[in-house]
Amino acid sequence: MDPITILQAGVASGTVLLFAALGEVLAERSGVLNLGVEGMMLIGAMTAFSVTIKTGNPWIGVLVAMFVAGLLSQIHAFIVITLQADQVVSGLALTFLGTGISLVLGEGLSKAGTVSLMPNFSIPLLSQIPILGRIFFTNQSVLVYIGYLLTPLAWYYINRTRGGLHLRAIGEYPSAADALGINVFRMRYLYVFVGGLLAGLGGATISLAVSPGWFSELTTGGQGWIAVGLVIFAQWDPFRAAVGSYAFGALRRLILDIQGPTLLFGMKNAFYYNPYLGFFLQMLPYAFTVIVLVIGSREAIRKRLGAPAALGNPYIRGERGK
Amino acid sequence: MTESALAKKQRMSYRIKIEPRLYEPPAWFPATVSIGAILLALILGGILILIAGGNPWASYVHIAQASFGDIGVLSDTIVKATPILLTALACSIAFRMKLWNIGAEGQFIMGAWGASAVVLTPILPPETSRWLFIPVMVIAGMAMGAIWGFIPGYLKAKFNVNEIISTLMLNYIAVSWVNFWVFAVWTEGGFQMSPKFPLTAWLPRLTDYGKIVPLFRGLTTHGGLVLGILAAIALWFIVYRSRWGYEIRLIGDNARAAQYAGISITRNIVFVMMLSGALAGLGGMSEVTGVIHRLQTTPLAAGYGFTGIIVAWLAKLNPIVIILVSILFGALILAGREIQPSGVPKMIQGIILVCLIASDFLLRYRVRLVRADAEE
Repeated sequence: MDPITILQAGVASGTVLLFAALGEVLAERSGVLNLGVEGMMLIGAMTAFSVTIKTGNPWIGVLVAMFVAGLLSQIHAFIVITLQADQVVSGLALTFLGTGISLVLGEGLSKAGTVSLMPNFSIPLLSQIPILGRIFFTNQSVLVYIGYLLTPLAWYYINRTRGGLHLRAIGEYPSAADALGINVFRMRYLYVFVGGLLAGLGGATISLAVSPGWFSELTTGGQGWIAVGLVIFAQWDPFRAAVGSYAFGALRRLILDIQGPTLLFGMKNAFYYNPYLGFFLQMLPYAFTVIVLVIGSREAIRKRLGAPAALGNPYIRGERGK
Repeated sequence: MTESALAKKQRMSYRIKIEPRLYEPPAWFPATVSIGAILLALILGGILILIAGGNPWASYVHIAQASFGDIGVLSDTIVKATPILLTALACSIAFRMKLWNIGAEGQFIMGAWGASAVVLTPILPPETSRWLFIPVMVIAGMAMGAIWGFIPGYLKAKFNVNEIISTLMLNYIAVSWVNFWVFAVWTEGGFQMSPKFPLTAWLPRLTDYGKIVPLFRGLTTHGGLVLGILAAIALWFIVYRSRWGYEIRLIGDNARAAQYAGISITRNIVFVMMLSGALAGLGGMSEVTGVIHRLQTTPLAAGYGFTGIIVAWLAKLNPIVIILVSILFGALILAGREIQPSGVPKMIQGIILVCLIASDFLLRYRVRLVRADAEE
């Protein structure tokens, strides 16, 4: 029950949520809600694990996983961008599809044994910083460091580059963006694809770094949905998404660790002596997601912030209005 | 290429032209498109089974035989269809208002818990007559489901909390909740299940009447089917013949117009979520008293709530059509238990849903093959 160990492990397990949430931020900023994150993460986790077994190289596993999840996302893109179907139903269908395909293709993988994982290392100077160095820069997976780089990169891209300006335009006012010569359809396909890549990366982070292996649906256990919830809490901002992701990662760790010691704050640890109380601990991440949603939604109402204006609406050329 | 040859080639070539439908397509058309989508889904699913190393034709023949082959398996199919029927009805009423209740799974589990609590707490002693037991369990199951629907409904109405995420999160919480009771409070000898219910708390099954009608011997179809069909008929009247149903449909089609007409959207969100939860809770009650006869998490959390979403969508949210479609999906799930790899039924459900959603395009647009030089 060392708080620094919990936070350190929390950052690692939060990286899973971070990748998925960053991908969803980009897709939703372009106006496409993709509720298929859970399915794309599962297929990413399954692919990463299975390819790594076959090739012995986790890097190839991660790359193939990203690509496969990206491909899966294009089904959603085709249905909602070209066929203009309802984004909610299509995203749900994508989760069903991704879950089903991963279960079929992942059959037998749970007994596959161990594979080589993504490497862990410490960053030289930075790991010497007291406390923070141990939490963030000591013996973390290379994927965790990629998460540190990706967050500011995504923020900079969205807020400070021409590409990001176009991204925000197609999510807020697609017909105006179209009039400026931005190809709304192609860009939306692209950002849904990027969302798929990152969800696949999140899945690969589970099966090759955080909790290695393939445990059918339990591999993700609803983390894809928590990521979708975090995006709303984050108000579509990468940095807030990172804070939320790491907080949830730490919570997941805390739940595992709190049942260990016999004493808690000098008192008898009820969770140790009555392990059944653990079922209430297991509810916490899901209950917190709901609470976080309430906070996020209230703040949005108060500050008159909102989702990208065109989120959820297909863009149909020549239609009046949005 | 000379100019005339080019002109000739252009005349010969065709291109696909897509235009919005100006008129409603004929009545047979949507059904045909849906059936076509399912056929396409089965073909795609077959290809994936082939990739995974299975035999698609054998899988499908097996599904058909194992679910409709004789009256015994047909009865088993109906047993599997009953919970799907009730969760699909639950989803259909919420979806009608464009409320995406993905939480039928959790509401179903909480309904089963509520019904079980009547036996296990115990609220009623085991020697209670069936005529009192069943109605009290129906009420308890529906009430717990309604509470589990009320929470996301209230959060949506009051704080505009996205109901998709909140209902999903409540699914996981429901599973942990039932696990706690099954492990810690009502456990039977340390196993993760409650003791078996007394016979008076079982929904009547066909086999109970085997002495009177020999044909019924061994058939496990239970009273939940009657509850489901009654619920479907009641829901049909609510949606298509009542003032409330009219309000729900109006909000679903055009929320702004409904608001101008003086219909309270927030109140309807809460009520519809509660009705939806109550229907799913009734499904849980029917499953626990008609099939499992004890409280146990694994057979309850088997994904009936999620299958209900697909069934509701496939039936175009029509309660009567839902009865038929849920029997088809009952067959898929029943037969799927024996098929390897075991994820096949889930995958086929996913592919069917994707194809169905994609096929809606054909209802809104006309796709025609036209000669390149036909116009313009």
